[in-house]
Amino acid sequence: MPRAYVPSALARQPWQVIVPLAMLVGFGGAVLYSAAGGHFQPWAVTHVARFGVFLAMAMVIARIPQDWFKRAALPIYVGLCLLLVLVELIGGIGGGSQRWLNLGFMTLQPSELMKPGIVLVLAWFYSVLPVGETQGWRAIAPALVLLGIPGLLVALQPDLGTALAISFGALVMMFLAGLPLRLFIGGGLAVAIIAPLAFFFALRDYQRKRVFVFLDPENDPLGSGYHITQSKIAIGSGGLFGKGFGQGSQSHLDYLPEAHTDFVFATMAEEWGMLGGLFVLAVFALVLRWGLKVAMNAPDRFSRLLAAGMVTTIFFYVCINLMMVMGLAPVVGIPLPFMSHGGSSMMTNMICIGTIMAVGRWSRPGRAGLL
Amino acid sequence: MAKLPMTSAILTNRFERRTFVLGLGQAGVGVLLAARLGYLAVAENDKYRAASESNRVNLTLIPPRRGWVIDRTGAPLASNRADFRVDLIPDRVTDPAAALGTLSQLLGLTPDKVRDIRDKLEKARGLQPVEVASNLDWDKFAAVSVRLPELPGVIPQRGFSRLYPGGAAVGHLVGYVGPASAEDYESERNPLLITPGFKIGKDGLEKHFEVRLRGVPGARRVEATASGRVVRDLGTREDVPGKPVQLTIHAGLQDYAARRLGLESGSVVVMDCQTGDLLAMVSMPSFDPNSFSDGIGRIEWKMLSEDDHVPLRNKVLRGLYPPGSTVKPMVALSFLEAGLDPEATVGCGGGLRVGNRVFHCWNRRGHGTVNMAKGIYQSCDVYFYHFAQKIGMDAIAAMARRLGLGQSFPMPYPGQSFGTVPDPAWKQRKYQKEWAIYDTVNATIGQGYMLVNPLQQAVMAARIASGLELNPRLIMTRDAPRSSPLGLKQEHLDYIHAAMNEVVNGRGTAGKARLPIPDVQMAGKTGTAQVVGLNIGNGKGGLWKHRDHGHFICFAPFDKPRFACAVVIEHGGGSGAAYPVARDVMTYLFDQTKALDVLAGYESQWGGNVEQRMTAKYNAYAAKFGASAPQAPDEAQAAQVVAEDNRPVSEPAAAQTAAAPPAPEPEPVAASAPAPADAPVVAPGSNGPGSAAQPAPAPQGQ
Repeated sequence: MPRAYVPSALARQPWQVIVPLAMLVGFGGAVLYSAAGGHFQPWAVTHVARFGVFLAMAMVIARIPQDWFKRAALPIYVGLCLLLVLVELIGGIGGGSQRWLNLGFMTLQPSELMKPGIVLVLAWFYSVLPVGETQGWRAIAPALVLLGIPGLLVALQPDLGTALAISFGALVMMFLAGLPLRLFIGGGLAVAIIAPLAFFFALRDYQRKRVFVFLDPENDPLGSGYHITQSKIAIGSGGLFGKGFGQGSQSHLDYLPEAHTDFVFATMAEEWGMLGGLFVLAVFALVLRWGLKVAMNAPDRFSRLLAAGMVTTIFFYVCINLMMVMGLAPVVGIPLPFMSHGGSSMMTNMICIGTIMAVGRWSRPGRAGLL
Repeated sequence: MAKLPMTSAILTNRFERRTFVLGLGQAGVGVLLAARLGYLAVAENDKYRAASESNRVNLTLIPPRRGWVIDRTGAPLASNRADFRVDLIPDRVTDPAAALGTLSQLLGLTPDKVRDIRDKLEKARGLQPVEVASNLDWDKFAAVSVRLPELPGVIPQRGFSRLYPGGAAVGHLVGYVGPASAEDYESERNPLLITPGFKIGKDGLEKHFEVRLRGVPGARRVEATASGRVVRDLGTREDVPGKPVQLTIHAGLQDYAARRLGLESGSVVVMDCQTGDLLAMVSMPSFDPNSFSDGIGRIEWKMLSEDDHVPLRNKVLRGLYPPGSTVKPMVALSFLEAGLDPEATVGCGGGLRVGNRVFHCWNRRGHGTVNMAKGIYQSCDVYFYHFAQKIGMDAIAAMARRLGLGQSFPMPYPGQSFGTVPDPAWKQRKYQKEWAIYDTVNATIGQGYMLVNPLQQAVMAARIASGLELNPRLIMTRDAPRSSPLGLKQEHLDYIHAAMNEVVNGRGTAGKARLPIPDVQMAGKTGTAQVVGLNIGNGKGGLWKHRDHGHFICFAPFDKPRFACAVVIEHGGGSGAAYPVARDVMTYLFDQTKALDVLAGYESQWGGNVEQRMTAKYNAYAAKFGASAPQAPDEAQAAQVVAEDNRPVSEPAAAQTAAAPPAPEPEPVAASAPAPADAPVVAPGSNGPGSAAQPAPAPQGQ
């Protein structure tokens, strides 16, 4: 469309990602509408409304100058770490594991915010690190400390899924920052050796059970294997075109657990079939490809790493969730971005999107101020 | 590369390459996910579609209506009644205590019932339903139904439950039903067995004819949520009721005989003398199969297991008794077969010396000159002592077996006891001992090693009456095989029949057994069997457990036998307890009104009919023990207890035989047959039937 007719602030928005995202959220809303038995309440409306609110938030983030990001990186990181400690303390006093803080008007889950937080602080760290130091221990040790503190705090909660998400984000950041390849190969080998040991000595019983059940869900059809089995039945029974909108028996008759949150993809696939699933995959492919392109075209090291890290965070959500619902990964409580009903994950993912949009703005010549 | 100085350009280049790899990795994961999606949704679609259907559609089995058990006229002995019931599925109950509390309040359950249910809940596994209540009225049923949302695992339903119109009278005959046990389910693996409201045969015919009676379950297809809430009905298939089983039993006679036994512990068997049809087969006291089928409660179990009249034992098939003098017509037949002249006589002076030991006649004063007929109608022991020694035991034992003693009949019940017909070969085999002359003497008066069950006594009576090799027939079939003759001479039979007629209608021992029916004369034979040695009791009074058993076998009309009957009264104190029962039961066959009038008189003295007496006793127990009664056993345990109870007396203990092995020399007479202090003054029958009114038969058997 000709630029003359549209205000430039509007025209310069990255519509190539906002439109597919909106379609995905709308589709998610339709699935939630069906999962609620044909009602907009309680999920569909809030889902779409949240997207609107957080999209506005993302657009605001997109206008924040790079300096502010750089200056805020460390204070945000420290603040989040303090919040994690606070959560741990409250949980300790309350006598149980707690992952959130009740702020009165909303519940805040610091570990969720730590996912983009770790990306931000590592992007800042590698941007200030002298180029010559990137191959030595000075590039590795501080990064490991930065990862270790929140990683351990989250693992203590215990929230293995989020701890893994944070670690994955940090590792990809280190990989992209240009650390020697042999470190990652060596690390991979070490993990291959340590993982079995950790499995037997470090994991808690219920976590170990999840792994067993993942390996053989039919062995525990009514216990925790139930989730995987029912999810596979929902997806498998949908076929190519699905059972039809509002016709999913697995979700409507409550066989599918968490049909509106973690297993929303199964709810969708039952009614929309493989075609609906391919649509969801296509939207994620578009969004992630856009993110990586922004990262490639970014003007400097900080923005490159920041954008790529945010893409990785979103990717990790999508990858683990879809593998879980299709029986390729153990059941971990990770929702599907833009489809699952839930405020925290929508906020985290929109922070990631907003940050990538900001990087996109920095890449364009002639940008000016906040507006 | 490591040697070159690191520059921004190199790092940027490395970033781009690695980002590209990352992008490739993400694309790879995307392709993998798409492939997995295709595999699940397209390649395995059929499998998962079926799984989803089996989730969605819930098949509820409708227990089939059980086939009826009917009598020879088509009247029901076991039928079904429509009722409302409530069951609990242990696995689905979240809070058993709260659920039971609510239910007992809604249904008005008594504390002992609640404890029974709690016991069963603890034992029940998984999906095996536990019955809370059945036969509910609509109000209570509706009260439970409306509160279902707060009672997970509680299943109210309308269905059919078993009804035994005859109550306790058919308890041993038909058996009872109950919920399938875990063992039943494990052996059959049929989901019907864990369907609430379904019951399988637990005992008697109900168990034996399980397959035939069961039928085919109906099914209701509903769409239900994972938690079991029904969303909509998809259709119902009707059940196919089980096939009926028709018995040769006459329900009215069965019921009458059970009531007529009154307070006694005993059994009555009535047979048709032409076909062998069993018209009645009663063992009393008994249990009420109606309440057993609802689950055996703690109070009921305590009441039954503490009863020394062993209501859980089917005495017809599992009770073994020395037959006493009822064997005398049989022994006499063997004499005739062996060529003994019936007019051959022996002088009875009240006893007979065998070896160095005196065997007494029951009548201490002696019968004078006794021929065969008098030997039977006066039940003279000396006559039989004398001629049995001449004829020998082998001939007697052979006749006993021909007439059905010691024989096992193919009845549809587990674990019959079929007793012993002793002979020299048997004793050698069993005890590695020579047959002694006193063994013969004992056996000819139905004591010693000889043991029979009441069914065999009825068969013996029917075979003597008909001369046919009759076998007891319980199941009505269209093509009953004709019985072949036993090969006995008709003149021998006629002689025995006449002598047995004399027992009742002449100078015999059972004058009071005469039928109040004109033109119908009944022939019979009394029997009194000692339970304990005379050194312990005289068999007439004292401890109930020590009293003599009373026997009576009979058939009528004597000249054209139509029905045969055997009555055993445990510890009745002698045959005087048995023949009035036989008389009234036989009367019922010819004139029901007369028989029922007599019964009404008795029942007013006994405190009501069987059902009323059992209810009164139950209430007394409930008031006394309440919920404190010990826990009722589960099915398996109950079966075991009953089996223990029914274990036949393996060997006749010395104390239970009258003249069995002589005591040490010095005081042989005192040990074996001491004179009872109150020996009968009047020989029954000697003054005609009237004087038999107070027969106090001596221990040796009458």
